[in-house]
Amino acid sequence: MELNQLTAHELLAKLKSGLVNFNAIRDSLYTRIQNIDSKVNAYVRSGGAKKSDSKADPQGMLNGLPITIKDNICTEGLNTECCSKILQGFCPPYDATVISKLKKCGAEIFSLKANMDEFAFGSSTENSYFGPTHNPWNLECVPGGSSGGSAAAVSCDEAIWALGSDTGGSIRQPASFCAVVGLKPTYGRVSRFGLIAFASSLDQIGPITKDVQDAAILTQIISGYDPNDSTSVNKDVPDYTKSLTNDIKGLKIGIPKEYFIEGLDPEVKSITEEAINKLKTLGASVSQVSLPHTEYAVPVYYIIATAEASSNLARFDGVQYGYRAKSDNLVQMYKQTRAEGFGDEAKRRIILGTFALSHGYYDAYYLRALKVRTLIKQDFEQVFSDFDCIVAPTSPTAAFKIGERTSDPLKMYLSDIYTISVNLAGIPAISIPCGFTKNTLPVGLQIAAGAFNEEMLFRVAHTFEQNTQWHKLKPRL
Amino acid sequence: MKYQTVIGLEVHLQLSTKTKAFCGCVIDFGKAPNSCVCPVCLGFPGTLPVYNMEALNLAIKVALAFNCQIQEYTKFDRKNYFYPDLPKNYQISQYDLPLSRNGHLYIYSENKPKRIGITRIHLEEDAGKLIHEAEHSLVDFNRTGIPLIEIVSDPVLNSPLEAFDYLTNLKSIVQYLDVSDCDMEKGSLRCDANISLRPEGAEELGVKTELKNMNSFKGVKDALSFEVKRQTELLKNNDPMIQETRLWDAEKGVTVSMRSKEGAKDYRYFPDPDLAPFYINQPMVERLRAQLPELPQEKMRRFMSNYSLSEYDAKILVSSKEDAQFAEGCIQGYLGKDKKVMVNWLIGPLLSEANLRKVKLNELNISKDELISLIGFVERGDISGLAAKGVLNQMIDSGKTAQTLIKEGNLLQVSDTAELEKIIEVVVTENVKSVGDFKSGKTNALMFLVGQVMKKSSGKANPKVVGELIKRRLTDA
Repeated sequence: MELNQLTAHELLAKLKSGLVNFNAIRDSLYTRIQNIDSKVNAYVRSGGAKKSDSKADPQGMLNGLPITIKDNICTEGLNTECCSKILQGFCPPYDATVISKLKKCGAEIFSLKANMDEFAFGSSTENSYFGPTHNPWNLECVPGGSSGGSAAAVSCDEAIWALGSDTGGSIRQPASFCAVVGLKPTYGRVSRFGLIAFASSLDQIGPITKDVQDAAILTQIISGYDPNDSTSVNKDVPDYTKSLTNDIKGLKIGIPKEYFIEGLDPEVKSITEEAINKLKTLGASVSQVSLPHTEYAVPVYYIIATAEASSNLARFDGVQYGYRAKSDNLVQMYKQTRAEGFGDEAKRRIILGTFALSHGYYDAYYLRALKVRTLIKQDFEQVFSDFDCIVAPTSPTAAFKIGERTSDPLKMYLSDIYTISVNLAGIPAISIPCGFTKNTLPVGLQIAAGAFNEEMLFRVAHTFEQNTQWHKLKPRL
Repeated sequence: MKYQTVIGLEVHLQLSTKTKAFCGCVIDFGKAPNSCVCPVCLGFPGTLPVYNMEALNLAIKVALAFNCQIQEYTKFDRKNYFYPDLPKNYQISQYDLPLSRNGHLYIYSENKPKRIGITRIHLEEDAGKLIHEAEHSLVDFNRTGIPLIEIVSDPVLNSPLEAFDYLTNLKSIVQYLDVSDCDMEKGSLRCDANISLRPEGAEELGVKTELKNMNSFKGVKDALSFEVKRQTELLKNNDPMIQETRLWDAEKGVTVSMRSKEGAKDYRYFPDPDLAPFYINQPMVERLRAQLPELPQEKMRRFMSNYSLSEYDAKILVSSKEDAQFAEGCIQGYLGKDKKVMVNWLIGPLLSEANLRKVKLNELNISKDELISLIGFVERGDISGLAAKGVLNQMIDSGKTAQTLIKEGNLLQVSDTAELEKIIEVVVTENVKSVGDFKSGKTNALMFLVGQVMKKSSGKANPKVVGELIKRRLTDA
């Protein structure tokens, strides 16, 4: 096995014993990238592939192990453009808090950034200014999105592990499409400072890894209160590796009936049911639960997320940084810059959000959506007062073809139907590989728990993983 | 028909905190453009605002000083609009849950107290400054993010003069709190006005005009006076009134239409998801209330009762914190029976010297002990009151003591009877008619004779002694 094919914890053991050196790991990644990334397009600006990486502190626990970062997380001295033309050339003079934490632990920030849907707007990584990422399991398919670059890179060993961001499923859905592990932490668990905001009340940074143990290690590193993010929560970070017990006996797992409805692909349904059966055989008790407001999640999400996005993206105006269109007056400059700088999906969401916040519509849309959001949150609280976690499909289908849904935004939005409630409720959820369709496309299993109960996710996910082989399968490229 | 003027004022005050409202930038007005900035106040992608507790504390103190109710639950909202001085293209402000409401202050227009309700006081961030040059405009972001409070009065001011008095009182209170420069020329205090007219006795408010661009209290008064005239004309001629924003042109002394209501902006306010709602608990309010200094109103009442000052005198002395402090020191240090003597010195010669020099009493370069010493010379009859005023002037200019100046100027009054009697003899012989008048009972004649002696002694004769001597001389004969 090549070094780039190993998990982070495997490599850390080797680094620690001095068997390998981090330069060798980096070289193996570059070789892999040079060989296959022209097909996958997991990385952006790969023209600079030989550029030297930021200096890591090999003394830290990560010993110089490289990590791949989504293009919307600020990395000092490395362009961070959210895969948008409007941020062309933007090179932040600061690190996101998660990046500082990683550097402090001795990680090497990989100089190539992972591809994504522009500003994380999308479920397929087709909305990237740098072109779509292809699913390593089937190059004609999307890798999911918006963290499609991160998920694809990890799945085909172009990365050891990666960071993504999840606003409505942007870590979990691509993880499920690419047969890797993806976690969205509890809102407030991980600092958002330095994450270029899509929807501030929903965004969280999280790990995309080859197995659950790596996810636990990485979550541990990036979690914790940050005085630079007043929405981060001052709560101790437990040792997540202690949750990797391979034991779920006696746990009470709920299956939300509202998730097994029309639109759920029959193959995905049966694979999910098999996985649930597996959990039963491992000693968990499983019963059906109800999340009665589930049907409102998609409309509520698209009102809140677009409203916040419309305001968050107002700063991209050509004045201080990024792309600026040539024009002789200010208003024209604003208009041209934004017309030329944003892609179609970004424009669509800015218009939707602007409308939802407009005078006369605010109460009917935004305010109402906030109220329903509270109801959705209460649905989960209700369930978690009786159950340890809930299990469901991550996405209603496996990866779809590139171009298949681009002309139908509503259909695209439904890719996230099972993931967005979790963001609205602010709770954590993980997606782990749980099987493949007949066409060898991966299917992911989603596990969600109460706020700040990431330990439960690691425990259940790890147990499932230890007793299945899905995570060991690699795409052939 | 007679019309009643209805005015409401919106005052913006920069709070003099050490650092900006939502980032750690030190506020320093002397610095070069764009040197007091950081990624947060520049609105760089990925950055997040963090509360400055000092700004919140000062804002609450102001609210308490204006007798507002502090809201237990407050939040920050985004006010969305595009402008190059606003790096995020939204301003962090407070919309429907301001930190305080329902306050008041008293003004003394035409010597009658009037209670002016304060609708709300809220906290927000300042925008940057545009510098327009011939070919282009420049932006200075040093001011961006400085904490501002907005004080909104009820529409209960009924004349431009009342508006002026309101502003003067407001400024005085804020200066007592020592939370803002209150310098309208420097822009640390800004004022917009809403004005409408209605038929005398009517309940319903007329169509209002919003006035902007006034840069002094006098400018506010003048702009309002112009509007009263303009609107009265329109109403008298039955011309249509439209709701609009008008700009004051101080040079031409007119207001000019800027935009009508149809052109009004939709700011699409919504709660800022980057800042968690804020709870202000009672202990915090009480702690801040305990820190409030004695405010002008209380000080005035105390001066009246402790030092038996008239309301008029007390009001003058408390109008500025510095003046009041200096005055109180002098009044306490003055051991004479009648404090009024000292008060007359303070609000008479001292204040006129201070006004002449555009400084506060404490900046006159004269200590309370020196002032008391000067008054002592007058009271002992060593110098005349008139001469003392001259000495005061010289003391301020030269910094020399009263004693030195009186000596140098040879100003000691002549009370030596022998010397005075010689002069009296001359005067009596030269003014036979007046002597006759006095003898026939016309007491006014005595004053004339004393005056003649004063003249001949170049003002140095002690008039009291002279009067006695003349009386004795003429009655004895």
